[in-house]
Amino acid sequence: MPSGIKDKVAILGMGCAKFGERWNDSADTLMVEAYQEALADAGIDTSQIDSAWLAVAYDAVNVGPSGIPLSMALRLNDVGVTKVENYCASGTDALRGAVYAVASGAADIALALGCEKLKDTGYGGLPVRTRGTTFDMIGIVGSAPGNFAQLASAYSATHGVDPQDLKRAMAHVSVKSHANGVKNPKAHLRKAIDMDTVLNAPMIAEPLGLFDCCGVSDGAACAIVTTPEIARALGKKDLVTVKALQISSSNGWELQGAGWDGSYFHTTRVAATKAYDEAGITNPRDQISLMEVHDCFSITELVTMEDLHISKPGTAVRDVMEGFFDADGKIPCQIDGGLKCFGHPIGASGLRMVYENYLQLLGRAGERQRQDNPVFGLSHNLGGMPNQNVSAIAIVGLHDA
Amino acid sequence: MTDETGILAFGGYVPRLRLQRSSVFASVGWFNPGLKGLARGERAASSWDEDPITMAVEAARDCLGDRDRSEIARLSLASTTLPNADRLNAGIVKEALNLGDDVAASDAAGSLRAGTSALMLALDAVGGSAGNVLCLSAERRKAAPGSESELLHGDASAAILVGRGEPVARYLGGTSLTADFVDHFRENGRDFDYFWEARWIRDEGYSKLVVAAIGAALDKLSLKADRIDRAILPFVEKGVADQLAKRAGIRPEALVDPMQATVGSAGAAHPMLLLAYALEQAQPGEILLVAGFGQGCDVLLFEVTDAILARRKEGGVSAWLARRKEESNYIKFLFFRDLIGLDTGARAEFDQKVPLTALYRSRKAVLGLVGGRCTKTGTVQYPKSDISVNPNDHSVGTQEDYPFAERRAKVLTYTADSLTFSPDPPQYYGMIEFEGGGRMMAEIVDCDEGDVAVGAPLRMMFRIKARDEMRGFTKYFWKAVPAA
Repeated sequence: MPSGIKDKVAILGMGCAKFGERWNDSADTLMVEAYQEALADAGIDTSQIDSAWLAVAYDAVNVGPSGIPLSMALRLNDVGVTKVENYCASGTDALRGAVYAVASGAADIALALGCEKLKDTGYGGLPVRTRGTTFDMIGIVGSAPGNFAQLASAYSATHGVDPQDLKRAMAHVSVKSHANGVKNPKAHLRKAIDMDTVLNAPMIAEPLGLFDCCGVSDGAACAIVTTPEIARALGKKDLVTVKALQISSSNGWELQGAGWDGSYFHTTRVAATKAYDEAGITNPRDQISLMEVHDCFSITELVTMEDLHISKPGTAVRDVMEGFFDADGKIPCQIDGGLKCFGHPIGASGLRMVYENYLQLLGRAGERQRQDNPVFGLSHNLGGMPNQNVSAIAIVGLHDA
Repeated sequence: MTDETGILAFGGYVPRLRLQRSSVFASVGWFNPGLKGLARGERAASSWDEDPITMAVEAARDCLGDRDRSEIARLSLASTTLPNADRLNAGIVKEALNLGDDVAASDAAGSLRAGTSALMLALDAVGGSAGNVLCLSAERRKAAPGSESELLHGDASAAILVGRGEPVARYLGGTSLTADFVDHFRENGRDFDYFWEARWIRDEGYSKLVVAAIGAALDKLSLKADRIDRAILPFVEKGVADQLAKRAGIRPEALVDPMQATVGSAGAAHPMLLLAYALEQAQPGEILLVAGFGQGCDVLLFEVTDAILARRKEGGVSAWLARRKEESNYIKFLFFRDLIGLDTGARAEFDQKVPLTALYRSRKAVLGLVGGRCTKTGTVQYPKSDISVNPNDHSVGTQEDYPFAERRAKVLTYTADSLTFSPDPPQYYGMIEFEGGGRMMAEIVDCDEGDVAVGAPLRMMFRIKARDEMRGFTKYFWKAVPAA
């Protein structure tokens, strides 16, 4: 077991653009907006950044290839910029690059920035794109909701959950995130909804209705990281450090092998176990203060509660319905509105999640601030499809915790 | 063990959708009230993802059952509606049937007689040194909206395996008559047939040419017309088949139902479809006559043998006829045949360009649905890979071919997706698991709400996956259908 990166890297500053339909803003503008906030928070200037990682997922409606677009938009000082594309886990993977650079000593200060300009597609939902030569000949060109909706049929079958009960629990997930999004000025969707609205919405991909799906938004988020020593030398007092950063990618077993029932994310279970080990967390249900998870669809959030070992298999429906993950529950999940309401600009999401946990740990989350002194914030991304995906988990916490 | 030339196996395919002719008339009757007389019954209508190639594959599978396919030396595909002008259509069928590369394949076209002509050629050839020939015919006939043809035509396919050995029907012989009698025609590049007057076609064409050809065949074989037990006269126009049987001296009860009320004329495939259907009911000793018409006439005669008693009882044309869904949406029928444009939305703009290098390299996996089986661990998987998916073994290059197409499967996960583009929304798909192991994500077609559930049984079908509209190339792949 590697020694891990716990407490080797501190977050020096973070920023997040206003998410939403940013019709009149380019990707560059969004990147600069997130960067300016992070830079001011870090209290440094551009010349102090040694290395950078850019996360974007969709080339067709975005900045184009390579790390150059970030370097140009931010006018970095000719440092190395790596572009990261790992589906919806791109943002967390960019952070991993920056954190590993600092942890290794290769960089004193590193930058991770995620961005996506989805509203240039000309229609709602994610753009259809190629998945490579072989996949395009034999795979399904289904939609994102179609891919994730299959979790629901499998979950019902595996756990013997009545599809109507599951649908209600899924609806609760969405109602909760909408209620949270209302309190977040940077969120895309800021309107509360009720159960009936969710349950009676038009069907997108059975059993996912319109309100089971997250917002398709433009946005950017940014993190500047360094060592705890440098952070202190730069005058930082309350330090938030990285406790764990784990990513697991499917090797094909779920779809090509045997044994997976389609009702959970194998990679999340693997990444979660490794992340808790790395962070020294032995009982996540008791120790995790709050979570930002990949709620691309309501059913995804629900099964993720089990994959993160917070709810036991088959019990997430009960936990959800009992309000365990509500803003005032034991472990609030998506207290900022989540992908559902904050919005899901693919490359930015992982960093936006860490941004919320960072704010909450420092007591800077405004109206939605948890008052019970949170210690550990977990964020989780899922890229790809349930049967072939990448899961990313970042746990950040107070340096002394 | 005999060593005779004849039919070794037979099969057919009729697509599930049956367009109600009354629904066509309800839409176009205002324009052409004369269609009323044809507006009864139903016609077989292929789905958007079916064409003569996919239908031929299905007929071939129906014909072959679990026979050893290595006995096939040659296959031919007859049709007047082949999708490719310069790409061997039969070659795609060969890949889908997972036949060896040493199989000869050819397309037959040019007239509605192409099916019987190819069959006769094959029977003559196998009488010599050729190995067994799989004769396929399939048709997806395109008719102008509101035309008589639209009501008379149907989509279907048939397969007849011929060769030497112990046939279910021995070939007695046949004759051909050729004359440039142009009852209808279609120039290359045209969408629809152009027809001459029906009375002339009936009186000078069918009545003279077909009856003469039948007479010549019977004379050649020294048979009397009343010896014929089943006569296949593939004419769906009202009364034509009865009239021809009468003129040729064939007993009226010997006439095989031309399937006007259920299928419609499947063109070049129609004689063989009716032959396969007739063989399902035939008894030893019966004499069968098959006619094919088009710029002349082919007539073939067979004698059913005792081997017919061992024919497969499941499947067959009658099973496909029983698997039907009434379709009363005429607009949907037109849309499926590219005869009406609907707004398909921006999601349909996805570029479907196929790298031909990759398709050739992966043709067994893509067109044949051949996966892999690890010779070391026994793990089966789709697609095949250099390193097995078995998590406990990382050996390289241990997999052998493992075909999935004929294996039954069941649903593990599914959805009905209304967001993704499909010509027939919502698009059903999900993860499926094959009997004996192996999984894939599969589109599920020929199904309605309630047909798909976790655990539901499935079988695979070769269908059109998508079309590269920009370059005019069709992508084929395997889909799952309910196998109740």
